[in-house]
Amino acid sequence: MSAPSAQFKADAERLTHDLRHRGLIQTALKKYEVARDGKKANYQDWQSARQTAAEIKWDAINHLDKYLVQFATKLEARGTKVHWASTAEQAREIIVGIVRAKKAHSIIKSKAMTAEEIHLNDALEHAGFEVVESDLGEYIVQLRHEAPYHIVFPAMHLTRGEISDLFERELGSAATDSPEELTMIARRALRQKYITADVGITGCNFAIAETGMISITENEGNARLTAALPKTMITLLGIEKVLPRLDDLALFLPMLATAGAGQAITCYNSLYGGPRQPGESDGPEEFHVVLLDNKRTHLLADAEQRDALHCIRCGACLNVCPIYKNVGGHTYGTTYQGPIGSVITPHLRNLQTWKHLSMASSLCGACTETCPVKINLHHHLLQNRRNAVAQKPVWWEKIAFKGFVFLMNRPRLFELSKPLARLGQIFHPLIKGTALDPARAWTKTRDLPDVAPETFKEFWRNRK
Amino acid sequence: MKITLFIPCFVDMCYPRVGINMVEILERLGHSIEVPEELSCCGQPAFNSGYWEQARAVAEPVLKRLRSAEAVVIASGSCGAMLKVFYPELFANTPHEQAARELSTKCFEFSDFLVSKLGVTDLGARFPHKVTFHDGCHGLRELGKKKEPRELLAKVRDLELIEMGEAETCCGFGGTFAAKFPMISTAMGEVKCGSAMQTGADYIVSNDSSCLMHIQGLLDREGRRIRTIHIAEILNER
Repeated sequence: MSAPSAQFKADAERLTHDLRHRGLIQTALKKYEVARDGKKANYQDWQSARQTAAEIKWDAINHLDKYLVQFATKLEARGTKVHWASTAEQAREIIVGIVRAKKAHSIIKSKAMTAEEIHLNDALEHAGFEVVESDLGEYIVQLRHEAPYHIVFPAMHLTRGEISDLFERELGSAATDSPEELTMIARRALRQKYITADVGITGCNFAIAETGMISITENEGNARLTAALPKTMITLLGIEKVLPRLDDLALFLPMLATAGAGQAITCYNSLYGGPRQPGESDGPEEFHVVLLDNKRTHLLADAEQRDALHCIRCGACLNVCPIYKNVGGHTYGTTYQGPIGSVITPHLRNLQTWKHLSMASSLCGACTETCPVKINLHHHLLQNRRNAVAQKPVWWEKIAFKGFVFLMNRPRLFELSKPLARLGQIFHPLIKGTALDPARAWTKTRDLPDVAPETFKEFWRNRK
Repeated sequence: MKITLFIPCFVDMCYPRVGINMVEILERLGHSIEVPEELSCCGQPAFNSGYWEQARAVAEPVLKRLRSAEAVVIASGSCGAMLKVFYPELFANTPHEQAARELSTKCFEFSDFLVSKLGVTDLGARFPHKVTFHDGCHGLRELGKKKEPRELLAKVRDLELIEMGEAETCCGFGGTFAAKFPMISTAMGEVKCGSAMQTGADYIVSNDSSCLMHIQGLLDREGRRIRTIHIAEILNER
């Protein structure tokens, strides 16, 4: 068992028994579900919206070579410096290099899961720079020195009381139970950081190839300030974020808001097309865009699972996943949690080390059903399982399934197993649920059904 | 119509009443039933665990035996989805691909068969109890059947169906998942049982015995009053 697999099981064991944690997440996500369904009702036909979105992303991902070049060319034409990073390491070097060249002291950052993916904050801090997260949820988890709990809601595992305690401890504020006051405390602390920051780093929700623009969608206005106030702006994005046309946003912006947060549209939607142009009064003097591969092209090469690159990181699959709702986001130990994380992490990192996430699913398909861009998530979990076994089967499982084939293809032998099972059942209560019980994984928390005195096939034979 | 009834291994061994009730109902409707006794399993445990080669070894005899069938009725939504949805994927790019596709069109889960194929909803049943319906994930999302079992229950005399909040939420069974990640599986089952019990129903009904095995296992351990029952057992009650 890989270390992340053992960690996953240990954390899952702990958190599934934590009824307070389960209640907190399930209550929050129930509210999301109600809001999402309300906003979905605004669409003339949500299913055809999904189909259209899937087709647009299919076009984008299958013509990435064309669209990425178009995107970069348009951006460069307005004076943006475009950087191509094959690996996380290269992306970190590029960004640290820019920050060094600007002789910056402090950096303000808006929410970017891609930055989490490449551990950008660690790299910048290691190089001696101060980095401050400006998204409220991200700021909270940064103060707690922990990873985001959810792609979209980084601090959803915390109560107001816990956040108040954190602010009291870290910022010296007075205790409060009011969300507005908590927001104001963070706002006061952050405003100063925007003004003094030399560099602003943002993520990107959609990269528009047609016009060479970065689309950022948010609810707090922090990304706007991050982009507008510092003299240098850096945007980091994965290459899969491309959309072909500006018009596509008419579908994707509301869809992301509805699927992701149960909103009709997010409060702030901005487009960035380059640094401050001659005659313009605001905007950064210098604009850098860093395009990250980091094994996305490996996924692109996999025709079967390529559609996983359609992902717009809305988090909808996490929100409906019964696994996520019971083990929580940190248990995954990955940048991207939930079903999409379980699908892509084995591709972006290593299949054997991360295959357990694909196993840790009942394959219920709630993720696939909800995905706004129609990624066949739970089938990809099945394919990951198949690929992991084809690459390196687990020896005892292989023996077990060979035995399974042997038994199932010998009906008479299988019939003999029935009286044996009845016999075993008589003695089973003696060891039920103990370490000696071969069925312990089941019987620790559940009873087993009895083997019937007359099986169906015995009934059928007797009747004939 | 000649109906080939596929009885999955666990229904055969632990829930024979489910199969017997199906036989009685279908025969009463004037159809003849055959049961291929040599078939025990659809191969899903191996398939879901990633051992597709072994899954094919079990599925091939099923495919061959059922090829000539007029209609195949499967006594479980999950095994039904395996035959109907996953066999074409399992046998893709093999000499059996075409056979798997052909078989797929002839496969029905029991409640779907009654409503969609036979056009029957009223079986003259009477069941004077409050029930709540659990949608098995494979029946609901792979086969896309939500209204069919409810149409059948709506015609059962004296039956009151009270929908639970989490009707479409997975019960946590998931085959080998239940044994590989028992803590997650159990937590999911607790959510399901809690939601079902909130309705005040006497029975949790489903068209999938595998989910019911999991749910009943949890209920028995906790000593709960609410029972599980397969829809075929209700439809044959007078």
